[in-house]
Order: sequence, then C-alpha cells, then structure tokens
Amino acid sequence: MSEIKLEKLDDNRWLLPQTGSMRVPGIIYANDKIHDLLQHDESTKQVANVAHLPGIVNFSLAMPDIHWGYGFPIGGVAAFDMDGGIVSPGGVGYDINCGCRLMTTGLALDDIRGKIKDLTVALYQRIPTGVGSTGYVKLSGKDQKKVLEEGAKWAVRNGFGSLQDLETTEDGGCLSGADPEQVSARALERGKQQLGTLGSGNHFLEIEVVQDIFDEKAAGAFGLSKGQIVVMIHTGSRGLGYQICDDYLALMVKHQSETGIALPDRQLACNYLASQRGKNYLAAMACGANYAWANRQILMHLTQEVFEKSLSIAPRELGMRLVYDVCHNIAKIESFKINGVEKKLCVHRKGATRAYPAGHEAVPARYKSVGQPVLIPGDMGAGSYILVGQEKAMQETFGSACHGAGRVMSRTQAIKTSRGRSISRELADQGVLVMAGSKGTLGEEMPEAYKNLNDVVQVVHDAGIAKKVARLKSIACIKG
Amino acid sequence: MLSYTLFDHTADIGVEILGRTKKELFAHAAHALFDIMIQTTFHKNRKSRGGKGRQLIKMVDGADVEDLFINFLRELLYLFNGKRWVVDHCEMIECSNTRLIATLWVEPYNKKKHSMKTEIKAVTYSGLSVKKFKSGWMARLIFDV
Repeated sequence: MSEIKLEKLDDNRWLLPQTGSMRVPGIIYANDKIHDLLQHDESTKQVANVAHLPGIVNFSLAMPDIHWGYGFPIGGVAAFDMDGGIVSPGGVGYDINCGCRLMTTGLALDDIRGKIKDLTVALYQRIPTGVGSTGYVKLSGKDQKKVLEEGAKWAVRNGFGSLQDLETTEDGGCLSGADPEQVSARALERGKQQLGTLGSGNHFLEIEVVQDIFDEKAAGAFGLSKGQIVVMIHTGSRGLGYQICDDYLALMVKHQSETGIALPDRQLACNYLASQRGKNYLAAMACGANYAWANRQILMHLTQEVFEKSLSIAPRELGMRLVYDVCHNIAKIESFKINGVEKKLCVHRKGATRAYPAGHEAVPARYKSVGQPVLIPGDMGAGSYILVGQEKAMQETFGSACHGAGRVMSRTQAIKTSRGRSISRELADQGVLVMAGSKGTLGEEMPEAYKNLNDVVQVVHDAGIAKKVARLKSIACIKG
Repeated sequence: MLSYTLFDHTADIGVEILGRTKKELFAHAAHALFDIMIQTTFHKNRKSRGGKGRQLIKMVDGADVEDLFINFLRELLYLFNGKRWVVDHCEMIECSNTRLIATLWVEPYNKKKHSMKTEIKAVTYSGLSVKKFKSGWMARLIFDV
C-alpha cells in the first residue's frame, strides 16, 4: 500500500528522503525481507509524518519491528529539542510504560520437569489476567497517589520485593516529575482496581529456558546460564495509562490550532515541551509510567510466591532475581551528543527499548562493564532474546533498539487463519504450554501473526545498536 | 443495511460504519463499539429492548464532525471501561457537527452474560474520516486493541 520509495543505505538501514514539509529525513532499520513487508501497510508513511513535527532532531527513526500503528509507527523513535520541540501523547501510546521484566532463577529445566503444568495453572489462578481483571492490591486514594509518585519504590516499601530490585529497573522504577494532580479523576478511578494485573492482548507472563548464549561476558554479568529457568513479564499501566493518554490527546487536539503546528495526522496532536500543557502531560505520563513499574514489581512478587508454593521450595532455593525491567512506550528527557554538543532531548520511544552502552551513568553498577540489558520478547512459539546496548545506539538511535518481533498479520486475519486449528495444541507440540482466557486471544497472537524474531534481532545486532547475549525458549505462557 | 464492517489493520482494528443519516451513523458506531468488545444484543429500536435498565443522557462536543464522532465513542468506551456499563440501545436526540445529545440505555456489565470478545483500549484519530455521501454517511476509524 505504501508508495514511498526508500533508498538502501546498507544491509540494515533504509533512508526515507526528506520531501514536502518533512523537517528531517527518516531512517528505517530493516533487511531486504523486512523492507519488502513495509510495502503492505502505512507504517512508512507514519515515519514520514513524524518527521513533520517541530524540533525533531536528526531523523525520524524506526526499528526493524516497525509496523502500522496510529500516529507514530510501532517501533518508532523520535527525539525533540527541549527548545522548540514538542511532546506528543500519541508518540508514547495508550499503554504508557508498557514494558518487560526478566527474572532469573536458580532452577534448571530438570528441576521443574513434570511440574510445569501445575506451576502454570497455579500462576494462572494467582495472577489476574484478561479484560477488566481486578488486582490483588486495592488502593485507597491516598495510596494511589503514592504509587503514581513513587512507582516500584512504593511496591517495595509495601512488601513486594526488595530494594535490590530497584537497582536493576530502568530509572529505578520511578520517573521523576510525576504529579498526580495532572491525572484526571477518570484515570484515577480506572487505576484503583487494576494494580497487580497482567491485562489482555499481547501481554503475558512466560516461563522460559535459556537456550543459547552468544556473549559469555554479558550473560555472566546478567546472571544468565544455559539451561536456566527464567521468567519474562510483559505488561504496562493498564486502564490508568490508556485514560491518561486519551485525556491528553483529546485536550491537545482541542487546542492544536492555538499552537500553530500543522499536522499530517490528528493522532500526532502535540504541544511544545516548554508549554504548560506539554509539561502537564509529561507530569501525568510519569504517573502512568510509575504505576506500570509498581504493577510489574507486584507481579514479580506474586510469581515468586507461586513458584515457592507450587514447587515447595524456599526463597533461597528458588533464587529468583530481577535481571532488568525496561519500558518500551515512553517519552523521556535524556542527554545525547548532537554535532559534538551535549543536549537534553525528549526521546519518544513507541514500541522501542532503551539500549544504553557500557559505562553509561544510567546503567546499573553491576552491568556497567557490559551495558544495559535489552529484553526482546517474541511470539508465543519463538521465545525471546536478551541483548546488550552498544555505543552505536548513542550515535545513531538515541540509545534505542527494537522491542519485539512486530506484527505482520492483522488480528482479524490471524483469527481467520487460526480458524479450525488448535493454536494451544500446536504450541504444545512445540513444547509450549499456554493458558489463555479466550481462544480469540490465542488466535490473534498466533506465531504466524508476527515477523520472524530472528530477522528482527539480527538487524539490530548487525547494525551494531545492540548485541545478542542469549536466546530464551518458551516453556509455558499465561495470557489474558 | 449492514451497520459496520471491519477492515484490516496490522496491529489494531479498522472499522467502516454506514448510516442513512448522521444520527444513524452515530448510533451504528455505538453498536459497532460494543459489538466488537463483548457478546451482547444491541437493540436497534426501543420496543425490542424493553424497559429494563437505566437511561443516561449524554451531551458531547467536538471541534468538527470527526472530533465529535471520536469524542462520542470515547464517552461510550469510558462508560464501559470506567463505569462497567454496557450500552445496548442508543437514540440521538440532537446531532450537529459540533454537538450531540444522545439517550443511552445501559445495563451493568455481567461477566456471565457479556462474554468479552476484544478489549478496546482507545478510539484513535488515525486514518479517521466521517463523510456525507448522496445516499448517506460513512465513517472509517481505528480502534486501538
């Protein structure tokens, strides 16, 4: 469907030339195979649309998991100058701080063989999944404001996990500048019941085994070893985040004409970073981000309890440890060298993961010598990859890499394709036990609906923005 | 006339809605939203619905007809996501390009009665169009799921 012609820069990058009112060109990270898939949807046009926004620096970027979103493409990265640049709620997305968390255990596959089904059932019973599921934690209005201000710190203070977990959570699990006063009553109401829930759609909790190690040094630093059982959690800020995005999007659309910014798509509604409305959005968005970190922290704690109880083992024997927690839907003020000068920029990552290199001050002390872990979940059958951030990401992608495989098939197409098939049985044949709230979810999320994860990760690896550390194979998965 | 059809979108759900009049277009959009989300019976007329449940009067504003359309669906989505109401009949009392007044018949969400089909996170402006044709009105929009 896309008529935009891209110019091949090298094996992993394509240039989207600057035309019309675009303020900068675009760069899409893709190999030939992924490039060909771009022809079938509107995602390339969305990369071009983002390039129209004021204050955009260098390029409108897209990672190899790029696919058609709304406003920004999924897999999009764009940085805006604090002076004259904008912030866009649609550039973060509805699920503010949707992200991943990886935990290692002291267990090997043999330790849980024969117990996987019981363990998965226990996880499914304990962890609220599905649409409108209500959480384990019921919040008073006062407590909820603390969650929005403190994020994962609140969860740890209230007995969910340990202080150590905060060291290996992006931004310590708390984005500064959060102001609950900027969050609407509607968003607060939706958030009250949903802390400690997984949600639906592509959100999941997966038990995985470390299948391959590509980088011994980084794997050692991350505490990963071949044959080890690990757990990946993928979820975000639930209804609270969706409502914050929607409220500010409506507000910005309403006042867009006052900004004088012409938009190629209303979903890109934005305001200047220096404006009060822009600042209020960032303060509300930080609340959404903090809620998501508290959510994943609580889910990790529940997971640990289920493992201990279901396997009848002590915490020390289980040895569950947080490797890292990253967000992949966010706008953050970060520093980068632009033409040799250090500048503060507002980096929008919509379906993209931060990928900071060794030595960066934001990388936890224990990973300083290797770089930040980058967690890349794949489809239910493919498992996941763990990568490590590289210096080249600082030079080319505002310290960012991909966030997943990226959809290639629409949900309706996937449901049609899966009709008459048992996706859970097909996955079971591949050694993956899946428990989901509905057959529809399994159909929508079937492995063929996604790009080949190996291709996506290889592009990021070969482009040098993040390097492969380990590959994980799924064993069991719970979904909404 | 089929009130709505789905079109393919990689990550989300694209919907095309038809109506003989603008009021009907908006009522059909309300039907589409709830029909995609949950297993329910959306009544096209008040008689078939009967008198049970509650009635809500909603007034919605928008900068233009497209914005009004999105804001209307936003309100309906909030009724479900925030208040756990299921809208099963909708009558438009007034509908200009920038303001509407609608009566909504609602009943509380009941897990056993209304099994979930798809969670809709939001109603987006992406690729949005609301247009009048000779024979009626058509809207295209994308739901974030």
